[in-house]
Amino acid sequence: MGDNIYVVIEHLQGQVSEISYVMLAAGRALASGIGGELVAILLGHQAQNLAGDLAADRVLYMDDPALAEFTPDAYQLALAELIKTDTPRAVLLGDTSVGAEVAGALSVRLEIPLVSRCSSVHAKEGTPKFVSQICGGKIMAEGDLPGPTALVTMVPGDFKAEEGQSDQPAEVTSIPAPSFDDLKVTLKQYIEPEVGDVDISTEPILIAVGRGIQQEANLELAEELAAALGGTICASRPVVDQGWLPISRLVGKSGKSVKPKLFLAIGISGAPEHVEAVTGSETIIAINTDPAAPIFDIAKYGANVDLFELVPALTEQLQGS
Amino acid sequence: MPIRETFWNIPHWAEIGQYVLGLLTFLILVYGIWRHIRRWKLDKSVLRPGQWGKRLTNLFTQALVQLRTLKDIYPGIMHFTIFWGTIALLIGTALATIDWDVTHLLFDFQFLVGVVYNLFEVILDIFGLLLIVGIALAIYRRYISRPARLQDFPEPGLGTEDAFILVMLTLIAISGYLVEGLRIAVTQPEWAAWSPVGNVLASLFIAIGDPTNQTLHLVLWIFHIVISFVMIAAIPYTKLFHLLAAPVNIFFSSLEPVGALAPARYTSGPGVEKMSDFTWNQILNFESCTRCGRCQDQCPAHISGAALSPRDVIIKLGMQVWEPENGKSLHGDVISAEELWACTTCLACVDVCPVFINQLWSIVDMRRFLVDEGQIDAMLQDALANLGRYGNSFGQSERMRAKWTQPIEPKIKDARKEPVDYLWFVGDYASYHASLTDITRMTSEVFKKAGLDYGILYEGEKNSGNDARRAGEEGLFEMMVEENVATFESCEFKAIVTTDPHTYNTLKNEYPAEVNGDKPILHYSELLDQLITSGKLELSKKLNYKVTYHDPCYLGRYNKIFDAPRRVIEATGCTIVEMPRHRDQALCCGAGGGRIWMDEIEVEERPSEARIHEAVGLGDVQVFAVTCPKDVTMYQDAVKTTGHEDRLVVKDLIELVHEAL
Amino acid sequence: MNIVVLVKLVPDLVEELEIDSSGATLDTTFMRMIINEPDEHALEQAIILKEREGGEVTVLGPAIEDIDGVLFTAFAKGSDRLIKLVDGFELEVNNHALARAFTSVIRELNPDLVLTGVQAHNDLDGSLGPLVAEYLGMSYVGYVSGVTSSGDKLTVRKEYPGGLIGEMEVAIPAVLGIQSAEQPPRYVAISKVRQAMKTATIDEQTLTELDPSGGPTVSQMFQPQVGERAEMIEGDIDQIAAKLVELFGDLGVV
Ligand SMILES: Cc1cc2nc3c(=O)[nH]c(=O)nc-3n(C[C@H](O)[C@H](O)[C@H](O)COP(=O)(O)OP(=O)(O)OC[C@H]3O[C@@H](n4cnc5c(N)ncnc54)[C@H](O)[C@@H]3O)c2cc1C
Ligand code: SF4
Ligand code: SF4
Repeated sequence: MGDNIYVVIEHLQGQVSEISYVMLAAGRALASGIGGELVAILLGHQAQNLAGDLAADRVLYMDDPALAEFTPDAYQLALAELIKTDTPRAVLLGDTSVGAEVAGALSVRLEIPLVSRCSSVHAKEGTPKFVSQICGGKIMAEGDLPGPTALVTMVPGDFKAEEGQSDQPAEVTSIPAPSFDDLKVTLKQYIEPEVGDVDISTEPILIAVGRGIQQEANLELAEELAAALGGTICASRPVVDQGWLPISRLVGKSGKSVKPKLFLAIGISGAPEHVEAVTGSETIIAINTDPAAPIFDIAKYGANVDLFELVPALTEQLQGS
Repeated sequence: MPIRETFWNIPHWAEIGQYVLGLLTFLILVYGIWRHIRRWKLDKSVLRPGQWGKRLTNLFTQALVQLRTLKDIYPGIMHFTIFWGTIALLIGTALATIDWDVTHLLFDFQFLVGVVYNLFEVILDIFGLLLIVGIALAIYRRYISRPARLQDFPEPGLGTEDAFILVMLTLIAISGYLVEGLRIAVTQPEWAAWSPVGNVLASLFIAIGDPTNQTLHLVLWIFHIVISFVMIAAIPYTKLFHLLAAPVNIFFSSLEPVGALAPARYTSGPGVEKMSDFTWNQILNFESCTRCGRCQDQCPAHISGAALSPRDVIIKLGMQVWEPENGKSLHGDVISAEELWACTTCLACVDVCPVFINQLWSIVDMRRFLVDEGQIDAMLQDALANLGRYGNSFGQSERMRAKWTQPIEPKIKDARKEPVDYLWFVGDYASYHASLTDITRMTSEVFKKAGLDYGILYEGEKNSGNDARRAGEEGLFEMMVEENVATFESCEFKAIVTTDPHTYNTLKNEYPAEVNGDKPILHYSELLDQLITSGKLELSKKLNYKVTYHDPCYLGRYNKIFDAPRRVIEATGCTIVEMPRHRDQALCCGAGGGRIWMDEIEVEERPSEARIHEAVGLGDVQVFAVTCPKDVTMYQDAVKTTGHEDRLVVKDLIELVHEAL
Repeated sequence: MNIVVLVKLVPDLVEELEIDSSGATLDTTFMRMIINEPDEHALEQAIILKEREGGEVTVLGPAIEDIDGVLFTAFAKGSDRLIKLVDGFELEVNNHALARAFTSVIRELNPDLVLTGVQAHNDLDGSLGPLVAEYLGMSYVGYVSGVTSSGDKLTVRKEYPGGLIGEMEVAIPAVLGIQSAEQPPRYVAISKVRQAMKTATIDEQTLTELDPSGGPTVSQMFQPQVGERAEMIEGDIDQIAAKLVELFGDLGVV
């Protein structure tokens, strides 16, 4: 048992969260490095179907009405007994509004160590290791995974969600639930976010257009690209000022801060008032005719060409692929 | 011999009646004035005489000669003629009364006789005419040309008051002439020609009928007397009160440099929360307002369509002086936060106010309260927090302050480590703003070319606090001053040169004497001017651009540096084409007083855009030259948003100089 | 309501971070420690609750660097008591140790509610809130962006990714990890902070021992590669487009 890796599956409103698959992928790397089993823990109520695509060796499923939706109390109770008796080598949880608050309590209650913000767990010559991403991603801290059982909360990073998915359902074993009589925290209801214009601050793919677009009519080029990429259009101030796009699409000091996976800056020079709001992006790619444009200081990739040539070509290739 | 027969045709009862009425008027007047003065006790001190000579000179040039009022020609002449017309007639009436009822009655002696009397008559007649011209100008202005600055008062009744005053003045002037005309028509003295207007009227009377209509004369005389007294009695109850308050206000106005903002007084907090937190001088400010609207006309916030009119701020505060217990709170009910935050602290209002009201002082005092209460917008909050933590509004590390110097070899001297002649206070924008660092490096190159012994403070420099102070964060300003002063004291230098006019202003006018007492504080445009004039900096190229120059508020209006930058531009071989609003009339770019840190206000047209349109309107001007780093960013942005990139290039003065080297 | 706010100081990310010669910790020479941002929200939420429902706010922090400044600022904002834990703190103390240290002091204060920031960017061994809650035997809810109280129950808004809010009921006493206060933290004028320095006192509680067990040991730290400038994609238009499509694929966006 001591070499098994447990992954606590997170789900909300009947949907497994992305981070769960990432953790399965990470857990697999670790488990195979130390020769243990990868076990998914699914807590829920009539939620067995969620186990379907989990790329684990086994799934342990605990069913109780109290576990229908996440509450910290119930999850702590459910996991504490299990971990104590099974003593896996590591328990992976999301560094999220679900996993993070369960992990802390378990660490104290079971007196086992906790490592948070891990972008990776893996084994080096049979020794389990962690890599933690701290200080806003500026510092990586590496070390041996403490034992005998380590709680690990994970952030997306080195592992891809697809690797945690499988089309061969793992074997599901039901495990008994403890008594959930005395819960101090209960979920009253979910409140769905308001729908309005898109909220660019949460969009994963942003096509940002700047002054280089020159005319309102040219926005169409960017819109076609956005459609081909499945992304959303946003803009620097001159574009919004002209009234070509609503203020809700403004990125920058006087607009919104964004943190997409991809920020594609087209014809944007990279003025500080703009840049300060985009540095949270995972990857910035800039297209600009000026090789010295400051946007290239913060972009990961750049193309020093005319947008009127590149953007249509790019759209075409995307549509073709 | 010509002699004044003052109470001709006036029965004794009427003459006595006049004195009774006069006494009554006097009592009403005094009571009215006393009511004002009693209100002034609302204050929290600050009086400030001393320098009597200067104050009396101001009183003479501004209250009597009305130099500032005359700067705006039409209303200037209008006011001057009405004022001096009325005053002359008042003096004339007083003299005549003394002549008749004092010297003649008691000593049987008259001084209004002979040539003196003839001169007296002719002068009064002319002044009467001036008065009528002034009234006509005023009526045309109020009711026909109707400039915006005289419309839409915060209280509709205020317009009626203007009408009342004009009607009264007209009636007084006309009835006065008619009385004179009737008297001449009857008595027909041989010196009648000395009263040209009266004489013309007299001949009219003679022509149209019974020249001896003495009853009409009496009735008109009584009418004239009564309305004149009503008008006098009305002084403290209408805006005519400015006749008394304005000279006092002018006399008591600050003689400090205009760039020095009055420090916070820390009564309950640093700001003004309620009327009684204002100083005596501020209350007097409010009391003196003539509602002329000149300040509103110049206000960039008002022009752009923001919710601020300095005229209305002062009028509303003035009304509040009168109703301190009307249940309205100063903040919110009387003056809104939007009004206060819209101000760019450009000083245009202060600069034009004919009665020397300092609108900005009160606006900042009220901002100080809002800041103390934490009622500020998120962006301003960030900027202030950054200033407190990092010493710059960009929220970047101190250690990045001199990053712009990295490519420069040999390194610019560190003024903290070795003595320099010129300590260059670079400022936040020039140091940190990515699109300005090229310009900043050019400045250093030019300094080097001129063989200047200069150094910078590297990470030791902190924001000077000028704008934090004007945003209302007095405590932060004090902290910045303390930190910078401590750094200056540890350095050896002969003069300070700044890039930023805002920094320049506070170092020069607000920092303690340790800093500016015996050492010159220079703006780089002044230094360039000196270097070029003395031949230390030689410009070899002639650029031949047509350039228009924008006077930054903190260099121009605040410190009256108008010529140095223009001389430098000319030295580069460029021709200057002035925008209609230039020098002390220059329109603010909209960035001052912390506005550059705040959320933008929804306006019809940003001041910076209006300014670009003004420059483009000059025709073939190629370069829009500025001498303030904030201006570079503001106007480069405005050139883009107005779509005039192909017509106009925004350049810092140093770029021109650098190009002409 | 008797509220305790826990604050923690973290390295300021505005400063360039450097790793010291041992390779396993941050170089503290140029490090500036500032209040953890979510803790500012926790303080703000506490003051909002106090203003709304009355009570007392006590702010508790470890005595490192400019903790006095942080505490006086908290006082100027409207908190009532300031306590700092002295002795034994390194700049980088782990959260298990900090939680144990806080716990003994909090117990004596006997609060109804303990608020702290939901996380800090340098948490290596979990965030502070859940640890403290468990030591105190209280329940914990994190990622909270709004709190209302009714009797011995609190209703809190807990945030999930994508803007979903879970409305939860929590029995007091409880510990909450605040993500964002109902209103952004207020500005406090420097003059008020200076005033607080003159009038407020900071109680000192001395600790004898810090027990860091429960956290990991770091053997090595490194900085992820950041290219100085963008990697330029060269070639003709179609080649660049093709390369970009490939990149999009790698990023998992197509
Ligand atoms: C107080 C204040 C607040 C501000 N707030 C914001 C804000 O919130 N958000 C914001 O974005 N800005 C803001 N700005 C404005 C900011 O300073 C810049 O002016 C603005 O970001 C510039 O926008 P841009 O990059 O689109 O335009 P530019 O700076 O004009 O850049 C256009 C770029 O397009 C490139 N280009 C031109 N043609 C082509 C082509 N055919 N193909 C490829 N590239 C081309 C050019 O090389 C250039 O780099 C603010 C400014 C101030 C003063
Ligand atoms: S200082 Fe300038 S912006 Fe402020 S009220 Fe006066 S004129 Fe308007
Ligand atoms: S404040 Fe001065 S300029 Fe403005 S309306 Fe009053 S008198 Fe005129």
